[in-house]
Amino acid sequence: MPMDYVYPEYEVVRNLSRCINCRVCEQQCANQVHAFDPKTGQMTADDAKCVNCHRCVAMCPTHALKIVKSDHAFKENGNWSAQTITEVYRQASSGGVLLSSMGNPKQYPVYWDKLLINASQVTNPSIDPLREPMETKTFLGKKRVSIKRDAQGNITPNLPPQLELSMPMLFSAMSYGSISYNAHASLARAAQQLGIYYNTGEGGLHEDFYQYGKNTIVQVASGRFGVHKDYLEAGAAIEIKMGQGAKPGIGGHLPGAKIVGDISKTRMIPEGSDAISPAPHHDIYSIEDLRQLVYSLKEATEYQKPVIVKIAAVHNVAAIASGIARSGADIIAIDGFRGGTGAAPTRIRDNVGIPIELALAAVDARLREEGIRDEVSIIAGGSIRSSSDIVKAIALGADAVYIGTAALLALGCHLCRSCHGGKCNWGIATQRPELVKRLDPDVGAQRLVHLLSAWNNEIKEMMGGMGINSIEALRGNRLMLRGVGLTDKELEILGVLHAGE
Amino acid sequence: MKLQAGERYFQELNEQIRQCKDTHIEIKNCLGQRYIGAGLSDKDIVIHGTPGNALGAYLNGGRITVYGNAQDATGDTLNEGEIIIHGSAGDAAGYAMRGGKILIQGDAGYRTGIHMKAYEQKIPAIVIGGCAGSFLGEYQAGGNIVVLGLNCPEDKAPVGYFCATGMHGGKIFLRSRVLPDLPEQVVSHVATPEDMREVLPLIDDYCRQFGTDKNAVLDYNFFVLRANTKNPYKQLYTYN
Repeated sequence: MPMDYVYPEYEVVRNLSRCINCRVCEQQCANQVHAFDPKTGQMTADDAKCVNCHRCVAMCPTHALKIVKSDHAFKENGNWSAQTITEVYRQASSGGVLLSSMGNPKQYPVYWDKLLINASQVTNPSIDPLREPMETKTFLGKKRVSIKRDAQGNITPNLPPQLELSMPMLFSAMSYGSISYNAHASLARAAQQLGIYYNTGEGGLHEDFYQYGKNTIVQVASGRFGVHKDYLEAGAAIEIKMGQGAKPGIGGHLPGAKIVGDISKTRMIPEGSDAISPAPHHDIYSIEDLRQLVYSLKEATEYQKPVIVKIAAVHNVAAIASGIARSGADIIAIDGFRGGTGAAPTRIRDNVGIPIELALAAVDARLREEGIRDEVSIIAGGSIRSSSDIVKAIALGADAVYIGTAALLALGCHLCRSCHGGKCNWGIATQRPELVKRLDPDVGAQRLVHLLSAWNNEIKEMMGGMGINSIEALRGNRLMLRGVGLTDKELEILGVLHAGE
Repeated sequence: MKLQAGERYFQELNEQIRQCKDTHIEIKNCLGQRYIGAGLSDKDIVIHGTPGNALGAYLNGGRITVYGNAQDATGDTLNEGEIIIHGSAGDAAGYAMRGGKILIQGDAGYRTGIHMKAYEQKIPAIVIGGCAGSFLGEYQAGGNIVVLGLNCPEDKAPVGYFCATGMHGGKIFLRSRVLPDLPEQVVSHVATPEDMREVLPLIDDYCRQFGTDKNAVLDYNFFVLRANTKNPYKQLYTYN
């Protein structure tokens, strides 16, 4: 009906003097934007189908294509943006809940960009990381134990199980189903090469990837997809997913259309059946109940593996984290509201949760106040974009960070935020074999190794500049941070001084 | 091997069970110790008393028999093997079961068999002799749940509120003359001979284990509940 016509957000601009009608764009676009018109002998484009993923632009051999934002405009309105107006049209037409992907794109404050890092000058020397030892190795797990000695006075090792990371980074949970086999293969191989960990997400573990178990964190979520003894044994650690930054308070729902082939086998549900992970674990209504799940997993794996509890950053995150630290969990993962997702209701993604910077600082401060900071390690996630974000996160109290969106970017994601459609032209957020094969796991793994190695070098540079040669000495070291353009309250929560103070 | 549970801490008791070389283990005087049999695959454990929460969680084979009642989360994410309870079970028994069997002689609490799933030859089953609490088979995606309603009032269904909410696979068999209120996506019919052939081995098992008269159990009306769609929430979303 014409009333619902939404003018395309992007326009495909084709330079016809460069176009050679090779039809690569047509072959590459799963959204079927491009077509050849035999009457005119020219390529045409249906802008309405374009999600702006740049696949055609990147593959065009003559650089004849670009995608531009349409300048078609509604009458200017400070209150009713074009986005808001068209969302009303969409819902009036369909009656559906608006569904989006990837992280919150709205203009909320990014506190990483309002924090500045210190460096040494004159009175304490900086360190040259290229020529002096610089330690970014990180251990995650419970640290506080009473020292026990045997009759000879030798220390009896009784440290709870730890995860050893060559650098303070892990790949975030992304399920097989939400991302492709080749994307998982890339993450697994990169984690192994880097000496870090990737995370299965809640979709189980494909049998081909058991070989990467030492570098794998296996996730247990409310739907328990793919969870069984061998799976729990396969991983180096077990993560209980209580929440996700992109959609706090709601669960996961992989539509039946994506439950095909090996996804169905790995999740152990029939092809075409919806995979529903509800918001709550229906056996967890309290910290005591959480403790029960933590310990049932520990019992089932004979206390050999650290248990991570992942929560979304929400208003009372500090009190929740305090409870988790007392639940027997070894590690708390906090996911900020800019964290990515394969699909989330738009309104939830854009309006629920709080920034990771504030949540992290509040949790670290609360656990230290209560004297239980050593009971758990903290992993912060939810839009870590660069090595400087990592340095700031560690100075705010994180032991390590989860990297999700940046890892996908390294694999070719162009952040078109259309994962929910399942037609990812880059072979990442799709299960279509012809698209999945576009992502070569060898290349993918190499690019992930490149990215994280580069970040690790940058972290060392910044540490050296501060005169710090061990990542341990940076953890919670808020003196290394100053805020700019922040209110007193924001500075108080972050626990940092303003620049100039 | 025989073990006295008494007031022993669960970690110590469970460690002893794991280390035990015997296949057959008998636990006497169980007083609420949690996680008994968690993740085990090759034991035949007999428990006298009351095991605590998460009995046989992630069980991967073997058998656990309880002479007494079981508490919450019995057989959480059970993969293979069976749990037989000569008594009643608390809440959330068989949460996300993916194989194996749980037989409960008496009643079961809330949320029994939620998230049960099945895949190819792995079809989990729960048989409840008495009545089940609310949210029976919530989000059920596969497997069979049988409620016999023995010794329950005959004028109402032997289940609580919100039976089969979010169910999108599997079957629930209710031995009852009355249907409970059901959500829109669940359809029911009186069991056909073919349905009964499917459920008969489970009823056989139940009657054999607990010495119940099979003919008396079978001489009654059975309803079968099924989901009418594998995608109950398909129309809910609009791509944005």
